[in-house]
Amino acid sequence: MTATQERPSDEVEREIGRDRRRKEDQRLITGRTRWTDNITLPGMLHLAMVRSPFAHATITSIDTSAAKQATNVVAVLTGADFGEELGVCINAWPITPDQVTPNHSPMPSDRVAFAGEIVAVVVARSAAEARDAAELVDVEYDELPAALDLKDAAADTVLAHPDLGTNKSALWVFDSGEAGTGGAVEDAISKARGDGIVIEREYRQQRLIPAFMEPRSVVVDPTGEQYVMYSATQIPHILRFALAATTGVPESKIRVIAPDVGGGFGGKLQVTPEEWIAWAVGRRLGKPVKYTETRSESLVSGHHGRDQWQKLTLAAEKDGTVTGLKVELLADLGAYVAIVGGGVPVLGAFMFNSIYKFPAYHFAVQTVLTNKTWTDAYRGAGRPEATYAIERLMDELAAEVGVDPLEVREKNWIKHEEFPFTTVAGLEYDSGNYEAATARAKEMLGYDELRAEQAARRASGDRVQLGIGTSTFTEMCGLAPSRVLGSLDYGAGGWEHASVRMLATGKVEVVTGASAHGQGHETAFSQIVADRLGVAFEDVEILHGDTQVAPKGLDTYGSRSLVVGGEALVKAADKVIEKAKPIAAHLLEASADDLEFAGGRFSVRGTDQGMAIGEVALATFAAHNLPDGVEPSLDSEATYDPVNFNFPHGTHLCAMEVDTETGELTMRKYVCCDDIGNIINPLIVSGQVHGGLVQGIAQALWEEAVYDDAGTLVSGSFVDYLLPTAADTISFEIDHTTSPSLTNTLGTKGVGEAGTIASTPAVVNAVVDALRPMGVTDIQMPCTPERVWKAIQGAGSGGATEGAAMPHFESGGEMGNQEQPGTSSTEGAGA
Amino acid sequence: MIPAQFDYMAPTSVEDALAALAEHGDDAKIIAGGQSLLPVLRMRLNAPEMIIDLGRIESLRGIRDDGDAIVIGAMTPHAVVGSDPLVAEHAALISKAVEHLADAQIRHRGTFGGALAHADPAGDLGAPALALGAEFVIQGSGGTRTVAADDFFVDLFETAIGDDEILTEVRVPKHTGWGAHYEKFVRVAHQWPIVAVAATVRADGGTIAEARVGLTNMGSTPLRARATEAALAGQPATEDGVRAAAEQAAEGTNPPSDLNGEADYRRHLARVLTRRAVVAAAGG
Ligand SMILES: Cc1cc2nc3c(=O)[nH]c(=O)nc-3n(C[C@H](O)[C@H](O)[C@H](O)COP(=O)(O)OP(=O)(O)OC[C@H]3O[C@@H](n4cnc5c(N)ncnc54)[C@H](O)[C@@H]3O)c2cc1C
Repeated sequence: MTATQERPSDEVEREIGRDRRRKEDQRLITGRTRWTDNITLPGMLHLAMVRSPFAHATITSIDTSAAKQATNVVAVLTGADFGEELGVCINAWPITPDQVTPNHSPMPSDRVAFAGEIVAVVVARSAAEARDAAELVDVEYDELPAALDLKDAAADTVLAHPDLGTNKSALWVFDSGEAGTGGAVEDAISKARGDGIVIEREYRQQRLIPAFMEPRSVVVDPTGEQYVMYSATQIPHILRFALAATTGVPESKIRVIAPDVGGGFGGKLQVTPEEWIAWAVGRRLGKPVKYTETRSESLVSGHHGRDQWQKLTLAAEKDGTVTGLKVELLADLGAYVAIVGGGVPVLGAFMFNSIYKFPAYHFAVQTVLTNKTWTDAYRGAGRPEATYAIERLMDELAAEVGVDPLEVREKNWIKHEEFPFTTVAGLEYDSGNYEAATARAKEMLGYDELRAEQAARRASGDRVQLGIGTSTFTEMCGLAPSRVLGSLDYGAGGWEHASVRMLATGKVEVVTGASAHGQGHETAFSQIVADRLGVAFEDVEILHGDTQVAPKGLDTYGSRSLVVGGEALVKAADKVIEKAKPIAAHLLEASADDLEFAGGRFSVRGTDQGMAIGEVALATFAAHNLPDGVEPSLDSEATYDPVNFNFPHGTHLCAMEVDTETGELTMRKYVCCDDIGNIINPLIVSGQVHGGLVQGIAQALWEEAVYDDAGTLVSGSFVDYLLPTAADTISFEIDHTTSPSLTNTLGTKGVGEAGTIASTPAVVNAVVDALRPMGVTDIQMPCTPERVWKAIQGAGSGGATEGAAMPHFESGGEMGNQEQPGTSSTEGAGA
Repeated sequence: MIPAQFDYMAPTSVEDALAALAEHGDDAKIIAGGQSLLPVLRMRLNAPEMIIDLGRIESLRGIRDDGDAIVIGAMTPHAVVGSDPLVAEHAALISKAVEHLADAQIRHRGTFGGALAHADPAGDLGAPALALGAEFVIQGSGGTRTVAADDFFVDLFETAIGDDEILTEVRVPKHTGWGAHYEKFVRVAHQWPIVAVAATVRADGGTIAEARVGLTNMGSTPLRARATEAALAGQPATEDGVRAAAEQAAEGTNPPSDLNGEADYRRHLARVLTRRAVVAAAGG
């Protein structure tokens, strides 16, 4: 047996802060690893789903006879074949007590509420045979009028669920006057109408699709005492709970494994009809079953994100000092209230005031049901929407006052000596330094030089105009203090769990309840534990994502893994040291009070005597010579409930060239200086920032889920849903200032969502800034060249996207049951 | 995504391929690089019972000099066409267009003939072929015929190639010494063009002697901007000299409206891109 590698204590190299390459990347990148679809079990059957081509229709009949006759088909099942046994998809966050929540059967037997909804499942010996037979299922529908446009739906002109009598699901309100956190916003607005400035705008958050790399996949194994579900999910623990709660199987009989998961971005923070159907089929047949979605299925049936109209009123004094902010949102839930569902806009409710000292604030969101794909969390969840709105408004205010956009921000933001600061939304920001981040970002951009170039281009009437966009964002992350979640009626807490096991060989097994899906937990958490216990990075193994290995946890989302899960880890590691101390003292024949622990060694103060923690672990394992009454174990666990959120912030600056003749946009430079507190692994942080930026920029410029007026998703493949690649982006320049968070001992803040939250308004502000002298004040996202060009022509902010796809692939011969994308008219994006 | 079941054969001669086509009729489909056909099969937009792969027919591959023309075999991959010195010298417009066609992987699998036979009006090769006056050599059981570019593109995804015929090669008249430019307008890289303009110009001491202009995605087939071509002759090869002629580029076009832009925007783009393409071609 080898003891833990000892580090010479005089040259302890700290792991935290090192650019460690991610230990998980070799297997994740090559794919030679446990993706759910790679799992094959003996006797496993394969599923294919039959999906509705209609947005809203009554199912009049389902004829499965031909499909049942097809080669190697084992069963064809519909909702009617299951009944209660199928369970339901749950909403964990009813945002108001009287929220209208349609029943969400994973496979309805009477009526479909969006195009892509599952009406039957085919079970066959191979995936290809299941797919072939799915074409043979004959479903007859009676089409119903569909509620598609968000604003029309909010007026209840057509009902998404006729039995509910309304499309309005919930109205959630926060008012600083009523909450006692600030004044009355109406007073501020009416005063500003008299002697100040009132900015009124309406912005559109288009619908987006979380396009994770690995399609969703699920394997159910019902052959043991515990039923096992493998799923490409972000939330194995929540999934297990929801299965137990809705299908009647005791939680103790359910094991959920999220093996390696290839990205999520919130899109795998869901309990899905596909999981529930696979579960029910597996139980019914008593055989392992697998379902892996196609990308087309992913795009129509995985939950979508954003989709809001934002009505905004900002009041200020003539000099630009803000006095009030009123936010009225319409949020499209799609056909059902998903697991977080209406909670997504509520997560943004506390962030519209951002870093600014608004004395009065009012927020209201009306969530609305439509006959489109359901919506839920997508990277940033609520906070990108808030940041977009306020950062666009601050630019408008600067233009109205006639000062530089950064000047009006600085006039209103919380000064660094004012922390901790309680905001008008009632949150306590612990730390930050907006002045420092902004100064650094300006220097990185060459702000003054580019402003000079902009002036020169304007003066010469250059065909290519230059714009500079600003976003001084903050966000709340590290979900979440359980008490806060409770006060918001969320169905669970926000703690996280960790345990640390000292193995006899000196290796350390760490179990975390956070469930990584590409973030690099295995590397970053190893660094934390290596430092804390003074063991080698390589000696730490991180286990996660299996409810039998990591029985307690609340999974990964909301930039919580490090700031909540990491803190649980620290606490568990500290307990290991506490437990090892009396044993070390006993073995060293010293008093525990004379021991100090550093660099992985207990040493007796004032002597050269000592022993490494690995040696203590081995001695504890042998248990031959322990002090009386001490248990032979160093293993420890901790559950940590955060006391507060944490608040990363940063200044993002974007320089954009606009070809005024075509509307083409060319990003010239993008810099950001983020303050995310102490950094565990700068390389991972860079990856998170770069990827986050691209995702936020993509909302500004490229991505949009578009439906035609029959409710068919027109952007139903990557030909029409424009995901950027590396070829579409420039090299970003990133840097950091450091104001350690005071809410966790590592001093860290979340970084998983920051880039996405910050970048969208920086980009759109840059485009608008370039064109402001031409009278342009808004361009609807995504800022397509056509919209930019039309805005220059004075034709408004852009408006609807034509609901027709480019038909690159001819359909010839006999058609399958795939519906052709529609070719008509528009979704009401701005119509 | 899984295509429906099909049978597969890979004949080694055009004759065998034609015989197979004759035998299977409507149930058969030719596969070249598969870059358009496979997505169609995988999305189950079509389900042919027999796939006839032309990949093993050596005579369909390669580029040769044939006097006043260069001849490009139908099965020559885009990447080979794009880097071929003969094409660069005598039909530079094609080299320029291939440079921006899809991504590197697709350029290595997709073929010159497959792209033209597929006849996607947003495809990047139709407009250059049309502008250069290419001739399409089509073989059937009854023999070989040659179709002029003007008659080759019939409609959306429809060409003069009959169901029982194979496109074997494309003859491109030499345009040695002509400047060329392909101006492709996209929202993201590796995308089909929203609009593209293929321009090739014979300049004579700063004056445009002759110009050919092809338009991509401005109607159900690639189009020639004939009014522009006529107006360009004799103009100085400068932005101002080209401007008025380029204004006529969208005449007679019928562009689509879709997610990437409405028809009126495409007409505007066609005019701007034509000006830019011609100026670049004349300067090059
Ligand atoms: C993601 C993606 C992006 C793309 N982007 C672009 C782009 O930007 N620009 C662009 O121009 N193209 C683009 N393409 C299409 C690409 O150029 C294809 O290679 C081309 O359209 C088809 O060529 P192929 O050899 O792959 O033909 P296949 O897909 O094998 O065949 C296409 C069709 O032509 C028929 N056919 C093929 N060869 C012959 C022949 N010799 N005689 C008769 N019929 C024949 C087939 O039966 C089939 O109907 C893209 C494709 C993809 C998948």
